[in-house]
Amino acid sequence: MKKISAGRIITYVLLAIGGFIMVFPFIWMLISSLKTWAECGSMPPTWWPHNPTLENYIYAFKTAPFLKYFRNSVIVTIVCTAATMFNTILCAFTFSRLKFPGRDIIFSLMVSLMMIPYEMLIITNYTTIVKMGLYDTLVALIIPFTSSIFYTYILRNFFLSIPDSLYYSARVDGASDWQYLWEVMVPIAKPSLVTIGLLDALACWNSFMWSILVVGSVDNRTLPFGLFAFTDQAGVRFERLMAGSSIVVIPVIILFLFCRKQIVTGVSKGGMKG
Amino acid sequence: MTEKKKRVRTYKDTDEKITAKSLIKPFLFSLPFMVGLIIFTVYPFIKAVLLSFMENYRFLSGKFTGYGLGNYQAIIADPNFINALKSTTKYVLIVVPISMALSLLIAVGLNSVKKLQGLFQTVYFLPLVTSSTAIGMIFRWLYDYDYGLFNYFIGLFGIDRIHWLADVRFTMASICIYGIWSMLPFTIILLLAGLQNIDPVYYTAARADGAKSRDIFFNITIPLLMPTIILTSIVNMMSAFKVYDSLFVLYGGKPGPAFNLYTVIYYLYDMFWNKNKLGNAAASAMVLFVIIAVFTLLQNLISKKTNYYK
Repeated sequence: MKKISAGRIITYVLLAIGGFIMVFPFIWMLISSLKTWAECGSMPPTWWPHNPTLENYIYAFKTAPFLKYFRNSVIVTIVCTAATMFNTILCAFTFSRLKFPGRDIIFSLMVSLMMIPYEMLIITNYTTIVKMGLYDTLVALIIPFTSSIFYTYILRNFFLSIPDSLYYSARVDGASDWQYLWEVMVPIAKPSLVTIGLLDALACWNSFMWSILVVGSVDNRTLPFGLFAFTDQAGVRFERLMAGSSIVVIPVIILFLFCRKQIVTGVSKGGMKG
Repeated sequence: MTEKKKRVRTYKDTDEKITAKSLIKPFLFSLPFMVGLIIFTVYPFIKAVLLSFMENYRFLSGKFTGYGLGNYQAIIADPNFINALKSTTKYVLIVVPISMALSLLIAVGLNSVKKLQGLFQTVYFLPLVTSSTAIGMIFRWLYDYDYGLFNYFIGLFGIDRIHWLADVRFTMASICIYGIWSMLPFTIILLLAGLQNIDPVYYTAARADGAKSRDIFFNITIPLLMPTIILTSIVNMMSAFKVYDSLFVLYGGKPGPAFNLYTVIYYLYDMFWNKNKLGNAAASAMVLFVIIAVFTLLQNLISKKTNYYK
């Protein structure tokens, strides 16, 4: 009996050490962001700021339009996620409930498109965005990403598991396909939809490289791009850069604390197929 | 499979005939999705394939002299591309096995504890959801020569400070440390899901036979988890092969000292964005595509064979 509990304690201690290593960079980010310039550049480092200050945050909001970046990020994330969900729901419905010849072949072709690395598409997508006159707009950050085969794949699998009898009884009650989809299927699929929505929102919020290509002006930057550009404005002042990083990271951490289960389920479901 | 058969039967049972009307509905329902898919995935994919074979393509006029293998010859002759392939491969071969081994230990640990499971999960999975831009920024600070924590810690052991991000001898090590750290959460999640799929009956039987924990681990856990381990490794190799975002931030958009951090994607972006050599960019994209496609086929083959996730 004693031997087992010793092993258990060791497991907990090792897990705690590992866990500390995983979160430490974020803790250090927060601590550093509250330090003054002099304290941040002291050796040996202090583990807690002597005079915690919000000066760096004020500096970040004053020198760079972080509020605007924040607003842009919120808009892009909400609109992109909503549009993606709408497209995904309709498409998953088409390929699960509706009947038409070649349905399953078309869908497996779509699934095989998933292996195209996104980086392969940027060359042409950039040109397309410019030709559409969308260069340097928030729309450019949204429309290329609203058709996700991966999310459709997950949702379609879920839709297929809903029994046909439900559909026929709804039809007998006089519901159209459109009504059946939104009033029966969508409420049943809510857990899957929440997971997909969260994954997509995270991806939108953190998306970075594409915005560097298609956004030119300061006004249309989202948070990650704004943070990257902030290095030029803040110089090698890490207490300021850490304040900027905190502004980007904190909203996501809060979201994660509330929705960890759904996010983790989504990742483990998608990991193998993604 | 059985489900599929059943569905087809109901289709026939209902005697629905294929009419123009029955085709219009699927068309309209999937239209918003398909428009996006065709414009931003199918078309650019075909275009990239064609572009990679176009000789002397001019970006502005769209003119080219003919189809051929010129772009491929150009990138193969380009030491930067070969270098990019080599350093990316090196990165993959270091980061993937180490993070797999660490993740396996952590996942087994997490799976064995009941209390604090939620807290541990939150802590271990946090890096997965945070922006790579912010994480890159944080690591830049940790790697700082004068005041960074890494140099402080090695200083405690009497080791001289290191230019983590500037010294050619250490840059690979520093991006690998970062790469391993950031790969852990995803890997742990997948392995943990795999562990939870193992039927507890095996463990109960083994314990009843008086098997030791170590034997249980090597003779039950590892063999039963093997499909998950292999598939996770493949997925990780693909994502490690596409490493770019994090390096971009870590190095402030530069390819590192002496171009030793020039990865395949870095090459692609550099050719496209800075040098305007679209042919080279497209050819390197094709190389990337072929590599990813091989991994994907391998993944499908294995998951079909083991039939573990059905």
